[in-house]
Amino acid sequence: MTDKAAMQALARLVPPGSRVLDLGCGNGAMLDYLQRERGCSGYGVEIDDANVLACVQRGVDVIQLNLDEGLAMFDDNSFDVVLQIDTLQHLRNAETMLRETARVGRTGVVAFPNFAHWPNRLSILRGRMPVTRRLPYQWYDTPNIRVGTYKDFEVLATKNSLRILDSFGLQDGQEVRWLPNARAGTAVFHFEHA
Amino acid sequence: MHFPEVLPLQSGASIRDYHLAYETYGTLNADRSNAVLVCHALNASHHVAGVYAGQDKSEGWWDNMIGPGKPVDTDRFFVIGVNNLGSCFGSTGPMHNHPDTGEVYGADFPVVTVEDWVNAQARLLDRLGITQLAAVLGGSLGGMQALSWTLQYPDRVRHAVVVASAPNLTAENIAFNEVARRAIVTDPDFHGGHFYRHGVIPKRGLRIARMIGHITYLSDDVMNEKFGRQLREGIDLKYSTQDIEFQIESYLRYQGDKFSDYFDANTYLLITRALDYFDPARAHAGNLTRALARATAKFLLVSFTTDWRFSPQRSREIVKALLDNRRNVSYAEIDAPHGHDAFLLDDARYMGVMRSYFDSIAKELQA
Repeated sequence: MTDKAAMQALARLVPPGSRVLDLGCGNGAMLDYLQRERGCSGYGVEIDDANVLACVQRGVDVIQLNLDEGLAMFDDNSFDVVLQIDTLQHLRNAETMLRETARVGRTGVVAFPNFAHWPNRLSILRGRMPVTRRLPYQWYDTPNIRVGTYKDFEVLATKNSLRILDSFGLQDGQEVRWLPNARAGTAVFHFEHA
Repeated sequence: MHFPEVLPLQSGASIRDYHLAYETYGTLNADRSNAVLVCHALNASHHVAGVYAGQDKSEGWWDNMIGPGKPVDTDRFFVIGVNNLGSCFGSTGPMHNHPDTGEVYGADFPVVTVEDWVNAQARLLDRLGITQLAAVLGGSLGGMQALSWTLQYPDRVRHAVVVASAPNLTAENIAFNEVARRAIVTDPDFHGGHFYRHGVIPKRGLRIARMIGHITYLSDDVMNEKFGRQLREGIDLKYSTQDIEFQIESYLRYQGDKFSDYFDANTYLLITRALDYFDPARAHAGNLTRALARATAKFLLVSFTTDWRFSPQRSREIVKALLDNRRNVSYAEIDAPHGHDAFLLDDARYMGVMRSYFDSIAKELQA
């Protein structure tokens, strides 16, 4: 989900001038964009060596950490916005990290592949795990160890007492607000802790 | 460079009429903004890069990192290496004469701290006409100096690169230093630190100090890979308690012998003590966040996963304190097998991060 339109749609959830923590920041493109276009500041967190290098190359502050070890390094409410863009699905402790995201940030933005997107449902109906542009892996080699849907996340957020400020689907860089659980490949939630 | 004036030291003592050995590489630019100071660790010197003409094996100790086209590119930066006070590579140390008595300092050389070294380095920069460093860079004890620069002279440092370092030593680390010091001090040739008068060198102590140090700079895996249980000679055991049996013994003895030929015993005591004493949080009731509030530089920290002497956890403490203070910081944790020594070795990921960070500093110079 690196295309510009999707990035811009997510960036709109980040108020200008925010202090941002981007968990699983990849090559730092999002933070770079937020810093240049929206006057934000902050850090990325990455585990991958090549991504850490890419962040340093583009001048984005990055902390090399394994998110499965938690966010002990970061204080409560120390960021305006904590991002988890295409990160949740790689985490062993996805629920703990969601709580940590809410603890460290005044608000959180989570985006992840929505498994209930209709082409995925169709594939399952045919008896096969989906292999799509959004989920390009085979079942046996996918790094996406958490498979969930838009609706699943609503339940998890409620369970963890998160107040959802906004939520929508993203498909081809466009917001999907009507039946997002079926019509969008990506689920997006903007929330704060109660 | 000679400094006649008095340098007050943290202990309350002072030193005057001292000399600092230094080398520079590259060219200072017109607005004097491209200087990079490189701080050395226990057994290194001001000779950080390059070779001396006509001398084989005279590469500087960080020659893989610093030089033309290297990560710290001397075509773009003016790099300064300086030998610290109390060391034994040209700057005033315990083997030189006390200006008051004309006698060799020996054990009377004042205890110097990381902060004292930084103050001395700052005076050298004054003389060189450099008000602000583009970066201060160091690994291990050198990283402590780089960190201390950002606290003692926050306005004089734009970037600090702190590699395989720590905000202070752990008890285990002090313990290793103490074993090394006891080995030296209890050597009959040490003579209370005044061995120069007796025309001897406490080589036995130095050898053992180096052997134990060397073990802690490597990782178990690397030692096993390099030596394993390989025997020195043949395949039969000698059943001797004192002969060299295993390759690792031979290697450590060789390292100890080599070290005792060039390193000064009092310097070893002084430098390990400087390591022990470094603790910027001490003045803030152990609160590193409050201690680092003074720092305004941008930071790059690097640690190595198999470094158990200066473990990643210690670097993360520094990162956390910087985050708490909302400072610019990047942190790379390199999964290298070589233990603490990794900071001096080539690793593509490590070199890549260093190169990229210094590239970005160079870009700021042009802006």
